[in-house]
Amino acid sequence: MNKIAPVAEAFDLSTYINSQESKSFLRFLTCGSVDDGKSTLIGRLLYDTKLIFEDQLAALEKDSRKHGTVADEIDLALLVDGLEAEREQGITIDVAYRFFSTEKRKFIVADTPGHEQYTRNMATGASTADLAILLVDARNGLLTQTRRHAFIASLLGVRHVVLAVNKIDLVDYDQKRFEEIKAEFESFSSGFDFNTSEVIPLSARFGDNVTTSSEKLSWFNGPTLLEHLENVELGEEHSEAAFRFPVQWVNRPNLDFRGYSGTVRGGSVNVGDEVVVAQSGKTSRVEKIVTMDGDQVRADDGQSVTLTLTDEIDISRGDVLAPAHSRPDVSDQFAAHLIWMSENAMLPGRPYLLKCGTKTIGASVTEIKHKVDVNTFDHHAAKQLALNEIAFCNLALSEAIAFDPYEANRDTGSFILIDRMTNETVAAGLIWFGLRRATNVHRQALDVNKKARGGLKGQKPAVLWFTGLSGSGKSTIANAVEQKLLSLGRHTYLLDGDNVRHGLNKDLGFTDADRVENIRRVAETSRLFVDAGLITLVSFISPFKAERQLARDLLDTDEFFEIFVDTTLEECEARDPKGLYAKARKGEISNFTGIDSAYEAPEAPELHLKTAGRTVEALADEIVDRLLKDGYIGSDNTWVI
Amino acid sequence: MGIDSQSHLRRLENESIHIIREVAAEFDNPVMLYSIGKDSAVMLHLALKAFYPSKPPFPLLHVDTTWKFQEMITFRDYTVDKYGLDLIVHTNEEGVKNNINPFDHGSSNYTHIMKTEALKEALTQYKFDAAFGGARRDEEKSRAKERVFSFRSASHGWDPKNQRPELWSLYNGRIAKGESIRAFPLSNWTELDIWQYILAEGIEIVPLYFSAKRPVVERDGTLLMLDDDRFRLEPGEKVEQRDVRFRTLGCYPLTGAVESTADTLEDIVSEMLIARTSERSGRLIDHDSSGSMEKKKREGYF
Repeated sequence: MNKIAPVAEAFDLSTYINSQESKSFLRFLTCGSVDDGKSTLIGRLLYDTKLIFEDQLAALEKDSRKHGTVADEIDLALLVDGLEAEREQGITIDVAYRFFSTEKRKFIVADTPGHEQYTRNMATGASTADLAILLVDARNGLLTQTRRHAFIASLLGVRHVVLAVNKIDLVDYDQKRFEEIKAEFESFSSGFDFNTSEVIPLSARFGDNVTTSSEKLSWFNGPTLLEHLENVELGEEHSEAAFRFPVQWVNRPNLDFRGYSGTVRGGSVNVGDEVVVAQSGKTSRVEKIVTMDGDQVRADDGQSVTLTLTDEIDISRGDVLAPAHSRPDVSDQFAAHLIWMSENAMLPGRPYLLKCGTKTIGASVTEIKHKVDVNTFDHHAAKQLALNEIAFCNLALSEAIAFDPYEANRDTGSFILIDRMTNETVAAGLIWFGLRRATNVHRQALDVNKKARGGLKGQKPAVLWFTGLSGSGKSTIANAVEQKLLSLGRHTYLLDGDNVRHGLNKDLGFTDADRVENIRRVAETSRLFVDAGLITLVSFISPFKAERQLARDLLDTDEFFEIFVDTTLEECEARDPKGLYAKARKGEISNFTGIDSAYEAPEAPELHLKTAGRTVEALADEIVDRLLKDGYIGSDNTWVI
Repeated sequence: MGIDSQSHLRRLENESIHIIREVAAEFDNPVMLYSIGKDSAVMLHLALKAFYPSKPPFPLLHVDTTWKFQEMITFRDYTVDKYGLDLIVHTNEEGVKNNINPFDHGSSNYTHIMKTEALKEALTQYKFDAAFGGARRDEEKSRAKERVFSFRSASHGWDPKNQRPELWSLYNGRIAKGESIRAFPLSNWTELDIWQYILAEGIEIVPLYFSAKRPVVERDGTLLMLDDDRFRLEPGEKVEQRDVRFRTLGCYPLTGAVESTADTLEDIVSEMLIARTSERSGRLIDHDSSGSMEKKKREGYF
């Protein structure tokens, strides 16, 4: 029965709560493979800090008999290897988070697997960690994987590192062996930018020097692992950084209140401070800092608050508020380290979604500068990236965003890439610096072409050229197609014959010469739009084969997609949506196609659309399906739904 | 009892608020699973904070198995009324029709039909694309690897081997039609954090958490409360009035009470601090086998 002992009389709750509240906080990760005793070490920390409840211990004893690898003992690793598959295979395959606390600190441990194929899991754990414990087996000393772990921890901005020399019992607690490993580690870790680096001998299995010092290690003068974790000085990460506030949610309970909800990511802000919307450059002042517990005069790093400003300026989710005198970079291109996390290879030019802070936009890698060998740190040229590979790349975004270098701010300098088709998180990115267009365009002139622009939008730019009699339904169908493409996240532009004649072509009449010039201008304009990466819908009667050929010739072979909207003259005349046929019949309009001017039907259009008896919806669907099938949208199979 | 602005609890609070807002901002039709327990109470409190002065821009969903403690239902309606929230109550009517109950059908079958299936049914019926749950990583081993945004297939299944990596505070909320996520804003809280926060913030909780004289029977080492006359006594069992309280709340025939005289929040927290039994041991469904929670989650249980 679950009986709880009566509360001890001496226990003073408020003293206890205060002591809890004054505890500092450390997030750390453990890297190493199961052979190094990583899960056993975490199990040991939980066990020795009395974080294991009686019923958990009972379950553990039962599990140890079933799965245990340590004869006749409690297998502490089973406390942490959670998923059934892992227990059966005896390996850790994912990141697990564990919680424990001591008199001095509260801890969150990210338990990450150590094999090379789990680099992404380690990077995940490291992204939020202050400290990394690199675990080695005293018998084996430093391995290639130790170098990899140190590199990844360093890359992800972990500033404190501990080399835990485990299984010291298996080398008979030999000081000489320990000193060898220590010397080797110190010579190589000096190459990294760690603030503190500690080497500690221990035995996770027997508990030597994990939470209590051991007589068998009496030659060791340093701290136990737990003492070090409790006492390592962290320094406040972002308190020195400039104020950053990525807007999460516009808070509008009523017409009188317009607030911007978000979490302070670096620095602090006071009521009255001047702030700028980094992307637009618009400035205002902080009017109020609102929380349910009352307004504050100041908001610090990490606080989730709602700001109101003294001016009504246009701000939405994804905007970043910053001090006017200390702004983040704003650019649509930057250089970054990418850690590739997907089974599907990364290819430059392929369109992805990028989430940075609260902003999600289109992005693609324009160039892999070099790939990093995580074991030797050598740089290699690369055409693509495979799972767990790390590379330094240039990225281009569909619009400019605000960011900081990762070194300056872990939150505003990091991003993830998301696959447009599968929606999986395919990469983690760490921004180094922005690439300014002016300095960059020349160098990249060949890269930024219509393919790249179209790729950014996840489409192959093309002209959909709708030709057919007046009243055949061209514009209605084109409009429906454009709506469907828009809802699929495609970037389009519709050039409609009538609308263009109100502007660009308003000086032209309906003589054959003017009709040719009309088509030439529209063809040239649509070519520019295709160059800009857009799917361009042109809805023009365009009665003459030659002019349609002219338009076709201006574009590459697969960029001109001719759609013959085939509606009989009788039907068009019966519909007569603008009353033009009636006027033409009365002789009020001359040179009217189908009446007194010829319509030359296309002989081999890409799509021959017979409209009789079909709905606009069905016709539009047929076009979109063809675009998909022919790879205009969802080129390289990326397809947003 | 005030909380220091940089304290551990504030850090957790800020992180949870961030998560709750991300879900509201990125999903079309989120819902907050409200189980009426202490974790739900904290989660709701955080949601109120996240959007203040607006109300949370999503409804609450309570999956009512029809076997909840009566005091839970009273407290639920009181809370919803107090904050002027939208509440959806969903019950597996098919299950009710077939009289599925914890006595005849076993805890695991009953839970599957009246909880897991009912939840899936509600999520499908209302087309929710995100559902907040109050689960914590410290509760159970398989939860320790659960993501904050936990992706679910169109059939609501969880694939533990195919989870999206979650780095920094960047959550990937992209899903295809029919798919959804479970969002766990309390992932990094421990049971102790929950109690301390309830204490510090003065959050109201169901009175069942406090000790009182209640009618109970002892069955297989567990104290079960007779909340209504549907409870079936086995031969030889006798009902006793004992000072008991609950550390976790669920369906009354499946929720074990603990003997305790703790009748204030302070006493509960003090008791908690010297407890040697983890809270889920009071839930009978977790005892089937070590991997049982993982199995349930794969099937769509929270």
